[in-house]
Amino acid sequence: MQKVWAFVQGCFLLLRKGSKLYYAWVFSLLVLIAIGVVAYANQLYNGLIVTAMRDQVSWGFYISNFTFTVGVAAAAILLVIPAYVYDWEPIKEIAILGELVAVSAMVVCLLFVTVDIGRPDRFWHLIPKIGILNFPQSLLAWDVVVLNTYLVLNFGIASYMLYSYYYRREPNMKYVFPLLMFSIPAAISIHTVTAFLYNGLAARPFWNASILAPRFLASAFCSGPAGMILMFQVVRKWTNIEIKDKAIFKIAELIAYAMFINLFLLGAEIFKEYYSDTVHLAPVKYLYQGLGGHSDLVSFIWTATIFNLTAFFLFLIPQTRENYVTLNIGCVLMFIGVFIEKGMGLVIPGFVPDVLGDFYEYSPTGTEILVSIGIWATGLLVFTLLLRIAVPIMNGDFHVGEDGVKPHIGDQLFFVRKRVAVEDEDLYSP
Amino acid sequence: MVPPPPFTEGIFPCSECHKEMRPNPTRRELKDEHADIQLKNHAEKERWCLDCHDMKNRDKLRLVSGEQIDFTESYRLCGQCHGDKYRDWRSGIHGKRTGQWNGKKQYLLCAHCHNPHNPRFKELQPMPPPMRPENIR
Amino acid sequence: MSDREEHDEHVFRLTRRKALKGLALGIGTMVLPAKDASASVWDSFFQKNFRELSRPERQKILARLEKEYSATYKKSVRVKDTPSPEGVLFGYGLDLSRCVGCRRCVYGCVTENNQSRDPQVHWIKVLRLSKERGVDLEHSEQYYNPATVPQEGYFYMPVQCQQCENPPCTKVCPVQATWKETDGIVVVDYNWCIGCRYCMAACPYGARHFNWKAPGLPAGEMNPETHYLGNRPRPVGVVEKCTFCMQRTREPDGKYPACVEVCPVGARKFGNLLDPTSEIRNVIENKRVFILKEDLNTQPKFYYFYSV
Repeated sequence: MQKVWAFVQGCFLLLRKGSKLYYAWVFSLLVLIAIGVVAYANQLYNGLIVTAMRDQVSWGFYISNFTFTVGVAAAAILLVIPAYVYDWEPIKEIAILGELVAVSAMVVCLLFVTVDIGRPDRFWHLIPKIGILNFPQSLLAWDVVVLNTYLVLNFGIASYMLYSYYYRREPNMKYVFPLLMFSIPAAISIHTVTAFLYNGLAARPFWNASILAPRFLASAFCSGPAGMILMFQVVRKWTNIEIKDKAIFKIAELIAYAMFINLFLLGAEIFKEYYSDTVHLAPVKYLYQGLGGHSDLVSFIWTATIFNLTAFFLFLIPQTRENYVTLNIGCVLMFIGVFIEKGMGLVIPGFVPDVLGDFYEYSPTGTEILVSIGIWATGLLVFTLLLRIAVPIMNGDFHVGEDGVKPHIGDQLFFVRKRVAVEDEDLYSP
Repeated sequence: MVPPPPFTEGIFPCSECHKEMRPNPTRRELKDEHADIQLKNHAEKERWCLDCHDMKNRDKLRLVSGEQIDFTESYRLCGQCHGDKYRDWRSGIHGKRTGQWNGKKQYLLCAHCHNPHNPRFKELQPMPPPMRPENIR
Repeated sequence: MSDREEHDEHVFRLTRRKALKGLALGIGTMVLPAKDASASVWDSFFQKNFRELSRPERQKILARLEKEYSATYKKSVRVKDTPSPEGVLFGYGLDLSRCVGCRRCVYGCVTENNQSRDPQVHWIKVLRLSKERGVDLEHSEQYYNPATVPQEGYFYMPVQCQQCENPPCTKVCPVQATWKETDGIVVVDYNWCIGCRYCMAACPYGARHFNWKAPGLPAGEMNPETHYLGNRPRPVGVVEKCTFCMQRTREPDGKYPACVEVCPVGARKFGNLLDPTSEIRNVIENKRVFILKEDLNTQPKFYYFYSV
């Protein structure tokens, strides 16, 4: 126990150390978080009336972001599977980063649910035994369970492994391996349950399609890893960690397959709706064509579709996949594309037209956007701090000292511009 | 428990005026007191006051059978032609009931909603429409 | 309940209460102004789900609410908790061939059930549909506003909670803040609802409404005869809905719901589905009945019918 405490203390010591750039980055995130907190305080004080949500469209930007971030959290298993199931060394080296992404994404996703509820003061009603968690009846209860499980699981695996490396010993795979294997179905379950949350509502034909859960999974394996490829490049450029090109290109290849399945499933859904041409076509029409003079989402969804298609080809063709310019363009396009498709493009058409045929065109208010920015900044901050600890440990720059108690910190700066001549000390040069 | 039939204020009992008058069975346009009474959308060609109002006792209505009934029983008169509505009204489907769903009820008579001389339901001014969601702030 | 069970229940309650207190102290010191928070704020914070309350606990809560509301609205407010009457399953009939779309029911409901005036909350939505298209919701219109109704070529369909026998809304609630009572009325515990609005997404009839803002209910217009699960004033951030005016209909003198009483054309019918002599049974057995979104298997106890 003492050792754990020493490790935690060491971590906090480490978090305070860093380059000016590290401080600047953390500080700017804190500013964004503060803005988000103020916006949220305003929402708490006035009620959700400060959002653009109304009875007709009762979920909006928050739940869109929630849905998308559940997908981002999938990133971990796209690393865990090649690393531990196929024992592929280049990815095994960085699998832990995937888990940290998952942890941060889960924090973001739980925060988005929290800001969406009308009575956050009654949050304890969800805690089993103290409150009443309507499990297994409510899919939202399932979501509470699986999301928290996934969060704890990834946090547990990553911190145990880092803890072991800190004390300079190999993690005991007897414990870790089953957990890693369990994290694979757990990752699938968070997506499936979140999809079922929508899927199970017969009132909303747009969601009430059995293809929704597979689509969720497929698109999740695009957005999260795409974001991760970008993140890997930033991390290996600015910190002292090695990430092999091979690993990145392999992830890109896996994304291409996932995107193919995503586009295929989407096509299947669109075909079914248009060809059968029932009353359930209305939300799809609203989304892709506009309906009854209401067309706010049309330009968004076509942007998303074009982005996803373009990204798919960029990832599919080996030449563009292994060229960092086109690869990065692909990643950005895909991240945005899935953000629109899995976010607003999924949530809003469930409500437009509403169950009685009313059209209310929802677009988020300033408060919603500021709160969301604050939450994303929180996620980035959590991720940065986790990286601050993980990267030096993985590099061997942060471990227990010779006395077995005091930490040894070999990396005082963390955020530095690598591959820059040593004499160039200006950290802020472009 | 039946609310009184809706008369124009102060004209009942009819006998107050009609007692002194000699009944005039000729079909004609009504003048003076009853100028406002005109049959509309109610088989006006085929019908005349004394088909329903008893000629001798103006405080009573008169069924085809010759039976005299009170104004409070006017539904029997209407029911002579509108048998289906009469049946529905008696079972609570047609017309309005107030009071208790599990006990005493008040029944509205046909004439409470339909002017017997011009029975088509009067158009109403609707209450204001709901606010559009974009205007709820 | 056996002694043993009762004991277990008691122990369970005690531990829960302890845990709650701990949690509350934790959260309370962080979030709430501990010093000037009145006792009732804490009482309502700790309040359990309505269905788990014992008789005395309920009495205490009702008394607290009555006190609070009476102070707020400057009149003597009653909060009842009249339970479902035995042998009663409420059913509702709406005559589509009679409704003229005048919206008297909408406002009658607002007045009776203490709905927020600003921001506007309406439990009843009246849809105008064209006779040509029939019940085609996508082409319905709620915002019609002609000088007089009914308009040529249209018919009107008021929609409110259908009190489903198989309600999709209660199933999805993550905290069991909403449920179906034995008389068939679907209710919400406004003090337990966390405001996630999952039920609103699940309801195929748009019957659930959210308090996006603290409800604006002028003291002068407040109806002081209330039911805990029905028309008592609602707090901000929770979902509310039609309860067939349970504060009226559940009483021994069984008054009709406000919308039935106010309807100028007598298009609204209400009664006990288990009573073969009731108006509603008569309607179902003898008229052409139409159920909204029948394919969803929600099994509404709200029957649209055509009397002609």
